[in-house]
Amino acid sequence: MVNIAIEQDHIRPPQPPGLIKWIKENLFSSIFNTVLTILLIPLISYLLFAVFRWVFFAAEWRAVTQFPLLYAVGQYPRDQIWRVGIILSGLFLFLGISWGRWGGLLKSISFTAGLIMLVTSLLPVQHPALDLNMRLYLGSNLLTILVGYLLGSKTAIKNTHIFIGWLLVPVCGIVLLAGFEASELIPDVSTTLWGGLLVTILLAAGGILLSFPLGIALAFGRRSSLPVVSAFSTVFIETIRGVPLVTILFMFSIILALFLPVESRIDRLVRALMAVTVFSAAYSAENIRGGLQAVPLGQIEAAKALGMGNFKTTIFIVLPQALRAVLPAIVGQFISLFKDTTLVVIIGINDFLGIGRSIINSDPEFVQMRTEVYIFMAVVYWIFSYLMSLASRRMEAAMGTSNNM
Amino acid sequence: MTNNQPSISGKEKIPFYRDERIIMIFAQVLSAVMIIGILIWAIINFFKAAEARNMTLTFGFLKEAAGFPISNPPIDYEPGMSYARAFQAGLINTLLISGIGIIAATIIGTLTALARLSSNWLLSRIALVFIEFHRNIPLLVLLFIWYFVVFGMVPPVTESLQWPGPIFVNKRGVYLTWPRLTETGSIFVVLISIGIIVSLIVFIMLRKRRKITGKDTYYSPISVGVLVIFFLAGWSLSGGTPFQLDIPYFAGINYQGGLRLTPEFAGMFLSLSLYTAAFIAEVVRGGIQAVDRGQIEAARAVGLSQIQVLSLVIMPQALRIIIPPMISQYLNLTKNSSLALAIGFQEFFAVGKIAINQAGRAVPVFALIMITYLSLSLLTSFVLNIYNRRIQFVTR
Repeated sequence: MVNIAIEQDHIRPPQPPGLIKWIKENLFSSIFNTVLTILLIPLISYLLFAVFRWVFFAAEWRAVTQFPLLYAVGQYPRDQIWRVGIILSGLFLFLGISWGRWGGLLKSISFTAGLIMLVTSLLPVQHPALDLNMRLYLGSNLLTILVGYLLGSKTAIKNTHIFIGWLLVPVCGIVLLAGFEASELIPDVSTTLWGGLLVTILLAAGGILLSFPLGIALAFGRRSSLPVVSAFSTVFIETIRGVPLVTILFMFSIILALFLPVESRIDRLVRALMAVTVFSAAYSAENIRGGLQAVPLGQIEAAKALGMGNFKTTIFIVLPQALRAVLPAIVGQFISLFKDTTLVVIIGINDFLGIGRSIINSDPEFVQMRTEVYIFMAVVYWIFSYLMSLASRRMEAAMGTSNNM
Repeated sequence: MTNNQPSISGKEKIPFYRDERIIMIFAQVLSAVMIIGILIWAIINFFKAAEARNMTLTFGFLKEAAGFPISNPPIDYEPGMSYARAFQAGLINTLLISGIGIIAATIIGTLTALARLSSNWLLSRIALVFIEFHRNIPLLVLLFIWYFVVFGMVPPVTESLQWPGPIFVNKRGVYLTWPRLTETGSIFVVLISIGIIVSLIVFIMLRKRRKITGKDTYYSPISVGVLVIFFLAGWSLSGGTPFQLDIPYFAGINYQGGLRLTPEFAGMFLSLSLYTAAFIAEVVRGGIQAVDRGQIEAARAVGLSQIQVLSLVIMPQALRIIIPPMISQYLNLTKNSSLALAIGFQEFFAVGKIAINQAGRAVPVFALIMITYLSLSLLTSFVLNIYNRRIQFVTR
């Protein structure tokens, strides 16, 4: 008995080290480390203090707080802003439904979204943009998510319905945002008026959704045994990967029109979207191709032996395994696509960064506050990208594809 | 997916629409017709548009006078000079910022990776904050912060900041003290260059001999000695003053002398190299961590010193993993240098954009831009791939 007790004691995981031991091991383990720590502590304290003092006392945040709607939707007509609201609610509804159905990561996203809505609707500040209607609307989104959750937990709604819903919301959303020329209720709104975070998210989400299938097609095209298809895909991918995104943006905004019939006219926001899509697709294609190469040949042979056709083998056997293997790389590509959307500023589209710049340039007084505006921009972009990479890490862990050893 | 099913002879004949060979040929023809059809359609449209707008389609304009200024051109350039000259100036600016950026990003990135792996928790956290900060904000935002915010706060010329060096910083740019060759300095440079070549030859030959004979030929001290001899010879032959420090001085309205970096160049350089350094740090960290711990323990066990472990065991194995992603980071940096357009640093793309805006030249200029960037990419990856292959060969 005694022996066994000792064994068990031995098996138990080591106790987490105490605070003093931790400090000793991580800060003062050698003479060099001790010196380094003693030098670093005052430096870090000073920096943190300086940042704190600047943020809360020295900085003038007026240029940031004065125009929340401008940052959010740009020049979109203020009396039509309910359209953006409807789309946001639609997205929240389906977020809630998906949370009810699958839980997991979607639960955390729903909680975060709901929390942000609740906090903004209850912010204890006086602001013309945050009137009672706005507060009620923001608060109602919390309900929308909950209603979605309840709907999603019911089995009456099929998974396919949810997928179709996810596809319909953005498509209907774009139509709703653009409106119709003849319509009284939703008159058309020129895309030159769209701006801010709305355009950034439209470009990023649109680019991600469209570039993914295009990337898969290009990856298969490059591996195709048809020489014309494979040569075309290879040249396409390598050309786009070899030149900067700015070049692609200019190509679509200036050169593309020359290669289309004279009378055709593509909206400039659509041209920007095409550019980021094509750019991202070339990079995704290479990632996906790596995944395709990693699928063992035996899998394909087994599928064939079971009597599956080429199409079925690809859809049910090859693609799922290939995409799983390269998921981290694809998400990384999407994060950089999100950051790359800022480049549309160069071709004169007012995305989030563009709005920030035009606010700064609108008033000499705001030029003095450019530090605050740019820091605000950096923080917003940082939060979005960081949350995306956080979500990707959680997703990897859940799927067991993590390759950190 | 090209497995030709063995033809089932005799009993049942496969209908032609399920015969893979026929399907393949059909798909081949269809895809060719579609792709070539779309291309021809686009080209016909293009010629119509070109005719309607009276566009130039040849590169003849390269000899014409450009007519636009380039601020601080790296080579002698005036608006009266040709387009070719303007593009040349732009290209040199691109190569300059990419080259210096790559060197700086590699150094900062490697140091950050080492800091990240440090056993000191504070240092490792600082490196983590640096990496996460730069990886998650767009390069353009970083560029605007450096150029508009940091260089926007710099004092005017009369109240220049003075840092040790001396380095002067003001609204007009950064003025560095810079060693410049004196009249006799060229002798020194020539001798040093010969010295480097000779000592390299000596190094390689002696090391080869040691590998063959197994006797220690002291190749490191001897080759360093050769270099020192050449250095001393050059130093004395040039009269002891091969270089002269060119110190910037205040001359009435502006600083003269020294090496001047414009705010555009400095802002672009800082943001580009810091941004890329964060990515390189992750690449280097991953490479070092991928080396098997057993390898390091085994190297210690056979009695190698700390430096030998690092240089003979860790680095060769880590480099194998580090180099391919590093190449793609270098290429990214080169391509990202085109963002300089946004702050008015006139590198190749910015020059091209001005030329595009001048009526009727869009297509040839665009072709030129694409070809230049493509060949830069291909050339870089070609050279580095050769190096990569050698490294892979040596270690395996």
